Amino acid sequence: MEENRIAMAGQSDTGASVHVRRVIAYLVLILISFICLFWFYVLFINSTRSNAELTRGFTPFPSGNLLINWKNLVAGTLPIFNGLFNSLFVATLTAVMATYFSTMTAYAIHAYDFKFKKQIFTFILMVMMIPTQVTALGFLQLIGKMKLDDSFIPLIVPAVASPAVFFYMKQYMDSTLPLSLVEAARIDGSTEWGTFNKIVVPLMKPAIAVQAIFSFVQSWNNYFVPALVLHTDTKKTLPILIAQLRSADWLKFDMGQVYIMITYSIFPVIIVYLLLSRYIVGGVTLGGVKG
Amino acid sequence: MKKKSKVVSYNKWGYIFLIPFVVIYLLFQMIPLVSTIYNSFFENYRSGLKQIGPNFVGIENYITIITNGDLPTYLKNTLIMWIMGFVPQIVLSLLLGAWFTDPSLRLKAQGFFKTIIYLPNLIMASAFAMLFFTLFSISGPINSMMVQAEIFKEAYDFMSHVWSVRSLVAFMNCLMWFGNTTILLMAGMLGIDPALFEAAQVDGATATQIFYKITLPLLKPILIYVMITSLIGGLQMFDVPQILTNGTGDPMRSSMTLIMYLNKHLYSKNYGLGGALSVFMFIITGILSLLVFKFTASEEKN
Repeated sequence: MEENRIAMAGQSDTGASVHVRRVIAYLVLILISFICLFWFYVLFINSTRSNAELTRGFTPFPSGNLLINWKNLVAGTLPIFNGLFNSLFVATLTAVMATYFSTMTAYAIHAYDFKFKKQIFTFILMVMMIPTQVTALGFLQLIGKMKLDDSFIPLIVPAVASPAVFFYMKQYMDSTLPLSLVEAARIDGSTEWGTFNKIVVPLMKPAIAVQAIFSFVQSWNNYFVPALVLHTDTKKTLPILIAQLRSADWLKFDMGQVYIMITYSIFPVIIVYLLLSRYIVGGVTLGGVKG
Repeated sequence: MKKKSKVVSYNKWGYIFLIPFVVIYLLFQMIPLVSTIYNSFFENYRSGLKQIGPNFVGIENYITIITNGDLPTYLKNTLIMWIMGFVPQIVLSLLLGAWFTDPSLRLKAQGFFKTIIYLPNLIMASAFAMLFFTLFSISGPINSMMVQAEIFKEAYDFMSHVWSVRSLVAFMNCLMWFGNTTILLMAGMLGIDPALFEAAQVDGATATQIFYKITLPLLKPILIYVMITSLIGGLQMFDVPQILTNGTGDPMRSSMTLIMYLNKHLYSKNYGLGGALSVFMFIITGILSLLVFKFTASEEKN
């Protein structure tokens, strides 16, 4: 069918080159997939091996030590269950805050006309370039004064102002949210608040899904700020626990436990991701298609 | 008259919807930024148990971090590792994005490949760095594979050579972010009107020509977004080298990034030097972002 279509357009000579390009594309994709997955394969194999087996060098086959390594880790000093809960809690709320309020901010700029609108838009674009790290010093002093040190609030609430998420939402609205729709809702008697929550937010779902994933991942990965804010062991998120593992005298450590700890901190996310990936990829595809 | 007042009452909602952003931004970003800049002009640190300052010292903190060579060295390290990771990342992402969205290629199992390339981005940076540290350690599996395959005569100590540590950091950054970049670029590519591609194909344009003459120019807004966010991300590089080198930036601080240095000052509560460094980061980020904007804008004119 493909060949026919091209032949009809008088391009019969490109048929072969498409075929060659397709083969090259598959080969490169397989190679890249291998490079992406190889490390996790080694991680999985090594999680199943005892410290003694690990010191003898690498074999490509799993051993039977997975449960023993896991029991040793649970019996150890790292508060791993608290860590998992804390990470999930902070990342989920951060994603909700960032996407909902960024959509709201983008909607304010997109749908309304008011004084200083242009200046505010430019301002947000400018501050998008300020890394959070450059304000970390003042941020730490501030939360110290607000008595929010060692609490989750300074990790979650600032996500309300996420310029990068706002920028994506604004771009998406420009291409997919016609103002005539808002106009129609007004004529039907919808309040502005209602229009935003019942019409705009559902229409923005594909963009919200994409940005929710990115915000969640960013917060899940975040090590810099949580490490400076959280001090109590049971409040620490997983990245801080991993860092503690690294600064422990690792040579004396049971390497099987190190591998299983890494597996533990990335495995839940991989499972959730594999379940949701269809929606993630679908959402991204929807995000680009103009309505 | 009545109608006009109604229009005004709609637009008032613009301000209302902006309130959460503005309040949170002012509180958690603006006030900290101002107090960071303020701190940079004071001598304020702990020496043992004794608190020194805060005493106003003018720009002395700035002079200190430049003249003792810390800032130039760590800026150089950061940029080297960012470029080493970003160049392959953007090339790979453009290539994969173009392939995935090329209607004439019709690649099968796209969902599968997209799922895999985005996977490393979900991996916690610190866990990934810890994994690489164990895999590439002198008694780790990579060395044992290389020796078994007789590629290496003896185990290579990746952690004690400048370029092997930098390459590992760059490789990890590239691996973690190319999937994300590909997805963002693809969203942009899919937003391009398919009629344009069909018209170009009918006119006899090759895939390469279509990519350079149609896809790239129309992709510009998303490309700017990707470049700026990656640049900012690169300057913020912290987790991977921090965990990989346990915060030391070894060998000889050749993989110490600006934020790792800032982190040291924040832990030791040296607010003067930390503040000066933050202000520098602020300025450097601003200048580089403007350059990217200018560069892409002048490309457009040509």
